[in-house]
Amino acid sequence: MKDFIIPDRDMGTPAVKSDVTVNLLVDGIPVSVPAGTSVMRAAAVAGISVPKLCATDHVSAFGSCRLCVVQIDGMRGLPASCTTPVAEGMVVHTQTDEVAQVRKGVMELYISDHPLDCLTCAANGDCELQDMAGAVGLREVRYEPGKNHFARRDAEGPNPEYRPKDQSNPYFTFDPAKCIVCSRCVRACEEVQGTFALTIEGRGFDSRVSAGLASDDFLSSDCVSCGACVQVCPTATLIENSVIQIGTPEHIVKTTCAYCGVGCSFDAHMRGEEVVRMVPSKDGKANHGHSCVKGRFAWGYATHRERQTQPMVRERITDPWRVVSWDEALDFAATRLRQAQADFGRDSIGVITSSRCTNEETYLVQKLARAVFHNNNTDTCARVCHSPTGYGLKTTFGTSAGTHDFDSVDDTDLALVIGANPTDGHPVFASRLRKRLREGAGLIVLDPREIDLLKSPHMGEGLHLPLRPGTNVAMLTAMAQVIVAEKLYDEAFIRERCDWDEFLAYAEFLMDPRHAPEEVEKLARVPAELIRKAARAYAAAPRASIYYGLGVTEHSQGSTTVMAIANLAMMTGNIGRPGTGVNPLRGQNNVQGSCDMGSFPHEYPGYRHVSDPETRAIYERIWGVELSPEPGLRIPNMFDEALAGRFRGLYCQGEDIVQSDPDTRHVTSALSAMDIVIVQDLFLNETANYAHVFLPGSSFLEKNGTFTNAERRINMVRRAMTPKNGYEDWEVTQLLANRMGAAWTYVHPREIMAEIALTTPSFSGVSYDLLEREGSVQWPCNDKAPLGTPLMHIDGFVRGRGKFVHTEYVATEERTGARFPLLLTTGRILSQYNVGAQTRRTENVVWHPEDILEIHPSDAENRGVREGDWVRLASRSGDTTLRAHITERVAPGVVYTTFHHPTTQANVVTTDNSDWATNCPEFKVTAVQVSPSNGPSDWQEEYRHHSDLARRILPTAAE
Amino acid sequence: MSHDHSKLIRMATQMAQFFTSQPDRPAPEAVAAHINESWSPRMRQDFVDQIRAGAEADPIVREAAAFVRLPAA
Repeated sequence: MKDFIIPDRDMGTPAVKSDVTVNLLVDGIPVSVPAGTSVMRAAAVAGISVPKLCATDHVSAFGSCRLCVVQIDGMRGLPASCTTPVAEGMVVHTQTDEVAQVRKGVMELYISDHPLDCLTCAANGDCELQDMAGAVGLREVRYEPGKNHFARRDAEGPNPEYRPKDQSNPYFTFDPAKCIVCSRCVRACEEVQGTFALTIEGRGFDSRVSAGLASDDFLSSDCVSCGACVQVCPTATLIENSVIQIGTPEHIVKTTCAYCGVGCSFDAHMRGEEVVRMVPSKDGKANHGHSCVKGRFAWGYATHRERQTQPMVRERITDPWRVVSWDEALDFAATRLRQAQADFGRDSIGVITSSRCTNEETYLVQKLARAVFHNNNTDTCARVCHSPTGYGLKTTFGTSAGTHDFDSVDDTDLALVIGANPTDGHPVFASRLRKRLREGAGLIVLDPREIDLLKSPHMGEGLHLPLRPGTNVAMLTAMAQVIVAEKLYDEAFIRERCDWDEFLAYAEFLMDPRHAPEEVEKLARVPAELIRKAARAYAAAPRASIYYGLGVTEHSQGSTTVMAIANLAMMTGNIGRPGTGVNPLRGQNNVQGSCDMGSFPHEYPGYRHVSDPETRAIYERIWGVELSPEPGLRIPNMFDEALAGRFRGLYCQGEDIVQSDPDTRHVTSALSAMDIVIVQDLFLNETANYAHVFLPGSSFLEKNGTFTNAERRINMVRRAMTPKNGYEDWEVTQLLANRMGAAWTYVHPREIMAEIALTTPSFSGVSYDLLEREGSVQWPCNDKAPLGTPLMHIDGFVRGRGKFVHTEYVATEERTGARFPLLLTTGRILSQYNVGAQTRRTENVVWHPEDILEIHPSDAENRGVREGDWVRLASRSGDTTLRAHITERVAPGVVYTTFHHPTTQANVVTTDNSDWATNCPEFKVTAVQVSPSNGPSDWQEEYRHHSDLARRILPTAAE
Repeated sequence: MSHDHSKLIRMATQMAQFFTSQPDRPAPEAVAAHINESWSPRMRQDFVDQIRAGAEADPIVREAAAFVRLPAA
């Protein structure tokens, strides 16, 4: 566990890609580096650390501190090694008398305006200024005390140059007194994060880091609290509050973030079993040393006071909870599950696996259903987010996954972003995309709302097609028509990789006038010319990529939209090369993994149908039981069957279906109709209000396992502290299974992964040994691809030939009318995650304390709604109240909100409409009415009442 | 009690609306194949029972019922 004690070394300047290699001598050591590399980095490659302050390999060289000067034969003066590129045959001396003297002089000046409170400084032991003073041999500062930035006052009174600490951000402190104005923070904010919130104000001695306008502090500024500035700060100027409180870390555990599907690698900096800080790993292949506010800072929920660490049971959901032993809780659960099966049949119980849990945990939960319950009633929350991706991409390409890795974005010439809001939902990917946009790549956004990506600083042209919610298929089909009509398709690619006749049939379908941009304009309310412009731009880009999110999948035509996207990529040849592809942005950390692991009721791990006798034979042999060839129930089917009285028991691990699933009333009625609901979670979540057994879960910091991110990358999750509940989540599932007669004997998740590899062809090469060695691998990983597959479908599609599926637009049944004239669409916000169970229990609430309804000024005026007013939001399913924000980000007729807070419960309003192929709910389109309100809805009152009742815990008897 | 009948037929109707525009094979067969692949035996039985009992449904959905695989009695 403590194998990783040496942090990644800072090479001074970023790596450079070049086909040309340059040879030079640094202090007599021969080095070969790519052309364009800095002398500083070449020296680092030779193992020599040139002193530096403003340089770091996170951002491009700046050349301001002059500490990194070196001597180069044949060059005049002392060039800065960070800004000097290498040249063939160069001879570099990093230490000469002259160099040493200059560096000492530089350091002396820096230290003359820096407080010498090193012993009590938060950066003590982790300060580059201190290290450099040591490295250059600074022994005295000859300057007399004078004008400075650090002393609060001098003999004459308060120091006019002094600025107090900015403690507005809950996670880090800005102390201008310690700033050396190296501008690393400003450059990280620009180059790494792409927000451009920070700047240097003033000149010369007046230069200061500023979070924007003079009136701004870090919280009120454009800062998104990604922490990149904190990570690169060489002093205590920008430092994590947790480091101020605890001190420096003493060991590092490499692990993977448990938030979104980007799957950032992190170094958990630990002191004992306490996290001091989370630092994104520079060698993380998804994030390359960057992170967002959630991953870096929002981990305090793991030790939040509301964390439940003891098992509890109760007879009825209106009883108070009784804290019991693990034995009693597991017996209670197992007995009731078996009783339900005895009374109502083998198929009367099921499981819901979690996209937040590890692959190994998910695998065991689906195995519990298949091998112990003897049915296939297993589903996962991916049902309600990306199940159409699975169906759509499997049908067209042959694999239920995205085609490319995140690195591919560096090569894209145009990104088409559909129904996704990456700056909020997938922030680290957004930063990488923004970097590419600043380099000149084009951007097309198909979204009802004007997303922040469109306002990326220093990007080129961005097209926004603000289509009506529910018209994706019409829009994409119209774009395809333009491409076919104007012969912008890639005939060679289609002939080679797809079926030409099938394409011709699709072309004929497309050319019907009903798919013309002018017709679609009437539906989508996007000008036909804009549709044409977007189609031409996508087809014309040499390498165009598509990134999409839940605004594609969570519709009644979610699967059709995914196939329309695949069609666009195939007809323009945008598959199989870097910079192209079809890339779903997965919501939760392990959505991809939970699908891969056989969580769906019709598929075994690796997407093999339960009716396939060969696959069943593999598992029957390994598991030693007979397996059902019949598909089980999907989550919405489970609810329907529960209301029909035939589904009686549910084991739900790490999901909060009451808050996250649509039509809350329907969900709670279904749960209330069951005999046994078992919730395994960190907290008494909303679903636990309807549960009979609560099994305490473990956080990602407390367990071993793997997560698979949106690019199919299997990343290691490593245990950094002992589980507060006593068990890792997979152990709890094993205990329950064994109570029900299974004889599982796993002692470590590596054994579970070994079983997955043994039984799943696309995972056959995966092992913990390989993951330890390589850091991560992308499936398929097997004999054909021993180190995994970054890009899929390079020489041919997995299914053979790519399939063009016809994409007829079918209007959703959810239509506006006199009673419900507005369309509600839902989304998320940067600082909160999913149902908020984690992020609401962190300081992230300062950014988003409640869900807000966005409404267009004209719609607000018609209804007499003013900024900040409480409004009632009603649909045919139910109603809730929340506060309104008036904005032109949403089009007239469209309103928008998030679902992070249980007090709002936006899903009371959403309906049971769903995708035709997968039953993925239509979260993104609900016909609603908005009206002024002065109090909570009846439902909110009713729910709060039940929630208060259901969360009571009986005091435990003193022993 | 059986699975809410309007819902099963509604889901099948959505499938019919998709498959009717596909050139590969007759829509009723395609709808039935999708149902066979993704619905539990009980849902399939309920669906067929409802159609047989004369529930109102799209002609493709009605025809599809004939191709739905029923669990062995």
